[in-house]
Amino acid sequence: MLNQLTLSELTAKLANREVSAREAVQACLDQINRVEGKIHAFISYDAADALGQADAADKLLADKGKSANLPLVGVPIAAKDVLSVKGQPLNCGSKILGKFISPYDATAIQKLRAAGAIIFGRLNMDEFAMGSSTENSAFGVTRNPWDTSRIPGGSSGGSAAAVAADECIASLGTDTGGSIRQPAALCGVVGMKPSYGRISRFGLVAFASSLDQIGPFTKSVRDAATLLEAMSGIDRMDSTSVPQKVPRYAANLEGGIKGLKLGLPKEYMIGGLDMEVKAAVDAAVKQLEKLGAEIIEVSLPHTDYAVATYYIIATAEASANLARFDGVRYGARMDGADPIEMYGKTRGAGFGAEVKRRIILGTYVLSSGYYDAYYLRAQKVRTLIRNDFLKAFEKVDAIVTPTTPTAAFKIGEKSDDPLQMYLSDIFTISCNLAGICGLSLPCGFTKSPKLPIGLQLLGKPFGEETILKIAHTYEQNTGWHREKPTLT
Amino acid sequence: MAAAEIDVKYVAHLARIALSPEEEHKLSAQLGNILGYIEKLKQADVSGVEPTAHAFPLVNVTRPDEVRPSMSNEDALRNAPAKANGLFIVPKIVE
Repeated sequence: MLNQLTLSELTAKLANREVSAREAVQACLDQINRVEGKIHAFISYDAADALGQADAADKLLADKGKSANLPLVGVPIAAKDVLSVKGQPLNCGSKILGKFISPYDATAIQKLRAAGAIIFGRLNMDEFAMGSSTENSAFGVTRNPWDTSRIPGGSSGGSAAAVAADECIASLGTDTGGSIRQPAALCGVVGMKPSYGRISRFGLVAFASSLDQIGPFTKSVRDAATLLEAMSGIDRMDSTSVPQKVPRYAANLEGGIKGLKLGLPKEYMIGGLDMEVKAAVDAAVKQLEKLGAEIIEVSLPHTDYAVATYYIIATAEASANLARFDGVRYGARMDGADPIEMYGKTRGAGFGAEVKRRIILGTYVLSSGYYDAYYLRAQKVRTLIRNDFLKAFEKVDAIVTPTTPTAAFKIGEKSDDPLQMYLSDIFTISCNLAGICGLSLPCGFTKSPKLPIGLQLLGKPFGEETILKIAHTYEQNTGWHREKPTLT
Repeated sequence: MAAAEIDVKYVAHLARIALSPEEEHKLSAQLGNILGYIEKLKQADVSGVEPTAHAFPLVNVTRPDEVRPSMSNEDALRNAPAKANGLFIVPKIVE
């Protein structure tokens, strides 16, 4: 079935006219009809609009002169509900945006369209990307395709589940503290967080502006490289996007990893690490060594402070960013006698529990008398965490870790204990604080139930080429990424 | 937990979020827990360390100050909860 293909397999078939873009989109829509009742990866999708885009792509494909330079022509890609897609709803998994319709495309979406992609569907997520399980959505829970009693991870849970369940060829998510890599690991797909500034954030609804990045979910490392290449680059609409040259990521995957030095951080061998996850990661490290990499122990001494630092910086930035949802210019307004009452009622009714919790924590750590003790101190510890990585990268080309301490947990298991939920991001959070790049790829399964395990590769700032090459080499020598959930 | 007491009612007012008494109660306990955990940052030695606001600070990012196409008034108002005469309508601010 066409919806099961990787992006590179589909583009090959489209290019030689073996299949049409309409057939590819229809195959995804058929799969959505078959499995959405169990998975609920999508908040909504516009089938007529997707088929219209497919027909336009088929016209381009009929003319080699027009389609030869469009690497994504006819490929159905779905987007997390936090990215603006012109004319489509934008809810961020929240009630507060009401019937909001995006007036423009995010830059990442524009770039995918310019490469020929078909953009369809609004993927479910934790409200405003705050969460690790997709249980915090105002639109219901997304379920893990490998075991529907379990969470898909979060906050980009819909993006990971849709790719794992073959409801689309690839998808986009966002990663502020692990929200791409963690769900990718728990759903058994490839997920990448690029270096801060690599992809423009214009049209992405901001959660924590100094940490947020957009990235791809795919069925292979090659596909992640292709999408990263299509979306990267400086954008005058985002002054934090960097003027760094965009490498040919997809063309530079081959060549092997002989002589590359990989670091194993000793601080990541924590007590809460599941035995099966540890065994799978140990085996992956052995395999990388066999493939020619040199394994070196490294130290990231400030790791233990990462979660606390993150929850001060991310909530502080969120409290400022989310001030815009006040019922004045858009969204579902609750009336009040004066503006203050209107803001309070609108936000009290519109935001869910986790978002309120984080805005209030963020407001507190920024408030008069507490700023130095919390926010300023956290920013200084952030420097220490970043320096740990820069020091480690003097010795090694990349760092290898588990993506998550355990495989997917049960729906409801941690939803009443925010602190336990936060601690499930322990391996992914430092990467955002340091601004470096990271990806997760499948490296095995637990026995019973059979649940995916993710391997995380962390690279130098703008070192995407290196970690993609390592991941690709590993993937070419293992079969994990080809396994599919049964979804009966 | 040696965490600071957090006056949820006051901070929620600063954040412009109306909470029910049940929400206030639940948040007090949860935030107390989280602040207790965050206390561990006090152990880090940050003397002489500069704060990081952005991992890759680009300073003085400028562009030519020139008129470019932007969103129309109509598009900007399309999602407004209340509008009239090309403007957003809000509750009365001054008597």
